[in-house]
Amino acid sequence: MKQELEKRWVKGPDGVDFEVEPLRDYYCEAPPTVMPAAYSKIIEGLFNWARAESLWILGFGTGCGAIEMRPLMTPRFDAYRYGIQWRPTPRQSNLFVISGYLSVKTLKRVIRSYEQMPNPKYVVGLGSCTINGGMYFDSYNTITRLDEYLPVDVYITGCMPRPEALLAGFEELKRIIRAGKGEGANQYAERFDWYKANQKRVIHDWDMPDYNW
Amino acid sequence: MAYQADRSQYPSRRPDGSLDIDLSSGKYLKLWQGPQHPGITGNMSVELTVCGDEVVEGKTHVGYLHRGFEKLMERRTFIQCFPIVCRICVPEPDFNEYCYAAAVEELAGLEVPERADWIRTLILEMGRINSYLMYLGGQAGALGQGVIGQWTTYVRDLMLDRFEELSGARIYHMFIMPGGVRDGLPDGFDQRMEETLREIESTLADVKDVMFNNAVFKKRTVGLGYIDPAIVDQYGVTGPTARAAGVAKDVRRDQPYLVYPQLDFEPVVGQDSDVFTRADVRRRDLLMSVDLIRQILARIPRSGAVMAPLPNVLHWKIPFGETYIRGECSRGEYGYYLVTDGSGYPRRVNVRGPSYTHAMALLERLIVNCNISDVAALMVSLHTYPPEIER
Amino acid sequence: MTMQPLYQALKAGFPIGELTEQRPDLAFITVPREQLRGLLLHLRDQEGFTHLVLLTAVDWIEEDRFQLTYLLHDRKGARDIGLRVMLPRQAVIEGAPMESIHDLWPTAATYQRELREMFGIDFPDSPGVNEDFILEGWREIPPYRRDFDTLKYSNETFAPRPGRESQDPAQYMKAQLYPDGA
Repeated sequence: MKQELEKRWVKGPDGVDFEVEPLRDYYCEAPPTVMPAAYSKIIEGLFNWARAESLWILGFGTGCGAIEMRPLMTPRFDAYRYGIQWRPTPRQSNLFVISGYLSVKTLKRVIRSYEQMPNPKYVVGLGSCTINGGMYFDSYNTITRLDEYLPVDVYITGCMPRPEALLAGFEELKRIIRAGKGEGANQYAERFDWYKANQKRVIHDWDMPDYNW
Repeated sequence: MAYQADRSQYPSRRPDGSLDIDLSSGKYLKLWQGPQHPGITGNMSVELTVCGDEVVEGKTHVGYLHRGFEKLMERRTFIQCFPIVCRICVPEPDFNEYCYAAAVEELAGLEVPERADWIRTLILEMGRINSYLMYLGGQAGALGQGVIGQWTTYVRDLMLDRFEELSGARIYHMFIMPGGVRDGLPDGFDQRMEETLREIESTLADVKDVMFNNAVFKKRTVGLGYIDPAIVDQYGVTGPTARAAGVAKDVRRDQPYLVYPQLDFEPVVGQDSDVFTRADVRRRDLLMSVDLIRQILARIPRSGAVMAPLPNVLHWKIPFGETYIRGECSRGEYGYYLVTDGSGYPRRVNVRGPSYTHAMALLERLIVNCNISDVAALMVSLHTYPPEIER
Repeated sequence: MTMQPLYQALKAGFPIGELTEQRPDLAFITVPREQLRGLLLHLRDQEGFTHLVLLTAVDWIEEDRFQLTYLLHDRKGARDIGLRVMLPRQAVIEGAPMESIHDLWPTAATYQRELREMFGIDFPDSPGVNEDFILEGWREIPPYRRDFDTLKYSNETFAPRPGRESQDPAQYMKAQLYPDGA
C-alpha cells in the first residue's frame, strides 16, 4: 500500500488535527448498476442513434496504436466528420480505444479511467495484441486477452491497423450501438465480480477501491 | 516584469540532499501529469510537487509500455528478432531495424551490398523527417497552436505514403533486415519523392512564419529549459538537444556509418540551448534531411543486389562475441549492444535509446523551478518517446 | 587507428585483462572489480572518455557469473571502450552489493535502478535504487535473469485465448517442406 493511501492523522492549515482515510474518504465504493433501457422502444432507438453519432474518444494512448490516432484527427482521414472526436478527460468521453498491448501497469490506469467514464460507454480493442497477445504472446508484462478485464465491443485486427481500418471499426461500432447491442457498461455491472477477480489476479499491488468513479 | 517567486517558501534540503517537503503543511501540492493526460509525451507520467504554480520537484515514472523486448529476443532466433525490433520505437522504427541488422551482420561477418547501404540511408533519413514532423506538431500543440500539428501530420502522411510504396506498411516497415534490405526502389519513386519533399519544404516555410515568428511562442520558449553545455556529457545528452547547446555531437559525422561519408552535410548547431533553439535546430535539421534525400536519390545505384546471401536462417548460429552499433536518430544516439554465445539465439540485447537519459535524469533536473504550464512544452522539447525508455 | 596504444598505457597503471578488439574503434577489456572506479575516473578525466553510453548486465548462468558492461565513448577520438566486470552470480543473488558510479555520471543512477529491478544486482549507494522503476507489484525472480521463463509465466498468469498455437520455426518448416522426414 502506498504511503499516501494509508490511514493517518493530518494537521490542517488552520492547525486542527483530523484523521484521513483516503480509500474511504476520497472514493465512492458503490458498485456499478445496470442501466435499464428507456420506457419505450422508440425513445430507446432515438437515444441509441444519438449515442452512435457522438463517439467521444478518451485521449489515452495506451500503446503504439496511438500513433495512428493523429492522422485520424487531421484533414486527410478526418474522423470528426463521423461525429468522432477526442477528449482529454474520461468524464467527457464514452469510447475507450485500447490502442495496442496493455502492460500490467497500464491496465491498472486503464481500469480506473474506464470506471470514471459515464454510462453508456464502449471499448474498442485495437491491434492483434489486444486479441490474443499478438507479437507479445509470451511477454511477462502484457496481458493477452483484453475481454478478460473489460467488456470489449469491437476488435480491430492488424499490427498496426491502418486509419481506414479504424474508421471501418468505428462504423461497425455505430451499427452495434444503433442495433441496441452496445451493452458493455451493463455487462460490466452484471458480471462485476468476475471482472474484478480477473483484474486482481493480474494486478498484484491493488491499492485502490474496487470501483472508483 | 518577470514574475518573482517567494523563495522563502521553498523547501530546505536534508543532509542527504533530498528535499524536505511536508505535504501536510499546506504549502505544497502533489500533481500527477500523466499517464492519462493531454500534456504528456506518450504513455508516461511525471509526479510534480508544486508550490504555487512552480514546480519544486519532478519525478519521472515510466514502465507503462514495458513489453520486455530484451527478454523476448533471447527466446527468438536471429531472423525472428528482426520483425519485432521495430516495435520498440513507434515514430521512428527504422533505427531499431538498422542497428539490429548492423550488429548481427558485424558478429556474423556478413558483407552488405553497397546498394543496400544507400537504400538504408534513404530509409533512415525518411524516418528522421517523419519523427521531426511529429515533434514540430507536438511542440506547437503543447503551447496551444493546434494548427501546426494539422499541417505537419498531413505532410507526414505523404511521407508515410512513400514508405508504403517502398515497404507495404505505413508505420512498421520491417524493410531493413540482417543482410541488406528487402527490395529496391519502385518505378517512379524519385519523382513522387521529389513532390513530397517540395510539399514538406513549403509547409516548413509556413511553419517558420506561423510558429517561430509567433510572439506567444517566442515569449514562452526563449530561455525556458536551459541546458548548460558543461552537463551535456555528464547527463548523456545527445542529438539535437546537445547540438542546440552548441555541442556539435552528430554520430553521422563523428563516426560515419552507411554512406554518410560520401554525402555533403554539416551538423546543425544552435547557441542558446533553450526550448526555442531546440525547436529551431530540429527544423533546420529536417531541412538538411530533405537535402540529404535529394543527394541520395541523385547518386543511388540503380541496379545490383540488395541482399547478401544469408545462411539457412532456421539454423543460423552466430559465433561468440559482443558489439555495440550506434546511429544518429532524430532524438540522439541510438544504439544496440548485442552479445552472442554461439547459439542460434542472442544472448543479450540492450537497446540504448536517447530518451532513456533525456526523460529521466535530465528532465528531473530541468523541471525544477518551471511553471506547471511550461512542463508540457519542456518535456516535448527533449523529444522523448517512452517506449524506448522501458522497451 | 587502433586501441592498442591506449591499452598499453592503461596496462602500465592498472592490472587489467586481455583486450578484445571488436572494431578499430571499439574494444572490450575485462577489469577486476576493485579497479573499476579508478579506471573509469582515469578514462573520463585523462583519456577523454567523457560520455557514459550504457551500463548493462549479461547473465552467464552456465558459468555462474554476471557480467556488467560499462561502455564509454570518446567523441574527439571517435572510439568506444567497454569495461567488463565479472561478478559471482550466486553471491549477487544473495545480496552482495556493487559499487555505484552515480557520482561520476548522474545518469548512471537510472541504469543502476534498472539493473536492480531487472537482474537483482544491488547498488546500495545509488539514489532511489529500491524504488519501482518499470515493474509494479512484481513477485517473481527478476525477469531478465536467464532462469526466468517468460512464456511459462505468461501462460500461467494471463489466461491465453484458446486456439493460438506456437511452433518452433525450424521444426515447423522442416515438417512442411520434408513431410517424409528426409
